[in-house]
Amino acid sequence: MSTETQAPVRSAEELRSGAIRPQRRLPRLAPLGLYAAGIALGALLSALGGFSVVLTVIYGAILGTLAVYIGSRLVEGTRKATDRLVTALVTTAFAIAMVPLVSLVYTVLDKGLARFDSQFFTASMFRVVGEGGGAYHAILGTVIITALAAAISVPIGLLTAIYLVEYGSGKLKKAITFFVDVMTGIPSIVAGLFAFALFTLLFGNGIRLGVMGAVALSVLMIPVVVRSCEEVLKLVPNELREASYALGVPKWRTVVKVVLPTAIAGLGTGVTLAVARVVGETAPLLVTVGLITGTNLNPFDGRMATLPVFAYYQLTQPGVDTQAFVDRAWTAALVLIILVMALNIVARLISRFFAPKTGR
Amino acid sequence: MTATKAPTEPPKQRPVRRPGDRIFAGSAKGSGIFILVVLAGVAAFLISEALPALTASSEEIPGGEGLASYIAPLVVGTLIAAVLALLVATPLAVAIALYVSYYAPRRIAAGLGYVIDLLAAIPSVVYGFWGLAVLAPALVPFHVWAADTLGFIPLFAGPASNTGRTMFTVGLVLAVMILPIISAISREVFSQAPALHREAALALGATRWEMIKMAVLPYGKSGVIAGAMLGLGRALGETMAVAIVLSGGAAATINLISNSSPSTIASNIALRFPEATGLDVNTLIASGLVLFLITLAVNMLARWIVNRRADFSGAN
Repeated sequence: MSTETQAPVRSAEELRSGAIRPQRRLPRLAPLGLYAAGIALGALLSALGGFSVVLTVIYGAILGTLAVYIGSRLVEGTRKATDRLVTALVTTAFAIAMVPLVSLVYTVLDKGLARFDSQFFTASMFRVVGEGGGAYHAILGTVIITALAAAISVPIGLLTAIYLVEYGSGKLKKAITFFVDVMTGIPSIVAGLFAFALFTLLFGNGIRLGVMGAVALSVLMIPVVVRSCEEVLKLVPNELREASYALGVPKWRTVVKVVLPTAIAGLGTGVTLAVARVVGETAPLLVTVGLITGTNLNPFDGRMATLPVFAYYQLTQPGVDTQAFVDRAWTAALVLIILVMALNIVARLISRFFAPKTGR
Repeated sequence: MTATKAPTEPPKQRPVRRPGDRIFAGSAKGSGIFILVVLAGVAAFLISEALPALTASSEEIPGGEGLASYIAPLVVGTLIAAVLALLVATPLAVAIALYVSYYAPRRIAAGLGYVIDLLAAIPSVVYGFWGLAVLAPALVPFHVWAADTLGFIPLFAGPASNTGRTMFTVGLVLAVMILPIISAISREVFSQAPALHREAALALGATRWEMIKMAVLPYGKSGVIAGAMLGLGRALGETMAVAIVLSGGAAATINLISNSSPSTIASNIALRFPEATGLDVNTLIASGLVLFLITLAVNMLARWIVNRRADFSGAN
């Protein structure tokens, strides 16, 4: 920048003579000021017909954007004004989009902290009809079923990703890639119905098992694992593989000893994110696992409780003491969010600390 | 690379096939094929369980007028909710993506992107809770206003719901849910727009918006479409949020703000399945099959759009 400053200084007089129009700019804080003025005007407008926050925001956003546009157009010209208009629009849209998301987090924290106590994590709902009780059984059920789902999906997903990157070619590779993409879009409830239909055909009517839920979750989890592992394996430099081949190492040992260790951070992140995606799934568990009030830790024996389904039923089918049920529902929602966030943070940490030390 | 093309030995057959290689390659290939089998299995098992409902006489189906008239309102509800969500969410998501990639101060941009990624992971049941507890009551005044002022549009014909648990609220909840998904994908493609193109545009004197319009948006268009399609697929199949928020009727109406909106396929299954017995189960699975086919079609369309524009995708 320091070298450029000399040129405009010298040519300032030539510019004024009219050959080139000088760049006139609004002062740095002027757009913000104009926007604030617009909002103030909006507040005034909404105050005319009884003050309301929503109307203030709506009028304010429109008037503020207009004020910036007109102000900039008068001083800086059309192109710059359009730029400022888009900036104002994009920023406003971003702010609008943040409102529900912030509100959601605030609401869950606000209502969920009411029952965020030790009893919630140590008691089940066995013989609880009013206050007290907790989600001990549901938390353990979620952990067991999710772990089972991961145990099914990770080997299949990882091997498929290896096939796609290391071995696959031709039509089969194309077909698998395409259908994995398609599978990503399977609605969770359809996955639940699939598990239900499968186990109904095998074991007869009315069956509810924890493992059914795990199968349903695997259907949702496998494509996520495949996609993320595939992306990561593709990033492993070919030079490493070629170096390994050159040393006479068989292909499968190259994959196991060279490719996978290099990609381990990304694989860990991908798997963790896939777990985070399915841990909060409600619908497939609703139709396959059901809910019980006691603690059942055996996924091959009858219904189990899971945290999302627990939260859903606590809210929608409260007992006599409604408030106690609603409180438990919100706390379960809070625990669920914390669980998902923790998994996401773990994924981040994995990718940060286990990343291979390569100079990019 | 050129050295491998030496004509000494054509690489058709690998000279040594070790058993380890064969086992490993076989199991990898087997897993891939297994996934195809699973997908086929999803369709096959759904069809086999839906078959009793497809062949049953129309009196036996709940509602007593046959399968088609049982599912049709649900399909209408599903489509309305999903399209409404998509219409609201896509522009906002693109704006978020642009803001995070090109407008936000550098220091907080990475943090913002991370926060939005986290929001994509919030379980749908929580969005349902929020929609029921916060959004629905908050939207009641709008419902009343819309019924009074915009009543001439069939979408807002009213009478306004006094709980706010309507199709309109559901659409907004779904929009909030798919917002992070669409914006995450859009952000990714936007940030991959070639730096040389962007810098060239700026060097030619383009303003930031002109740079985005000329260098970023054309490059990221297919990514945005793919993200929107993915969001649409998610909105179509979204179950719990709709099941919790919507208190609808059974009429196939496009009225967004009354209490008579049809439910969606997925939420109808979630609400009725736990207590269903006999042919009801088969009917619900048949409706699930319809949902499966709809989402399959949407996803294939999305893939097709993305593949058609593969030249512009972020992959190369």
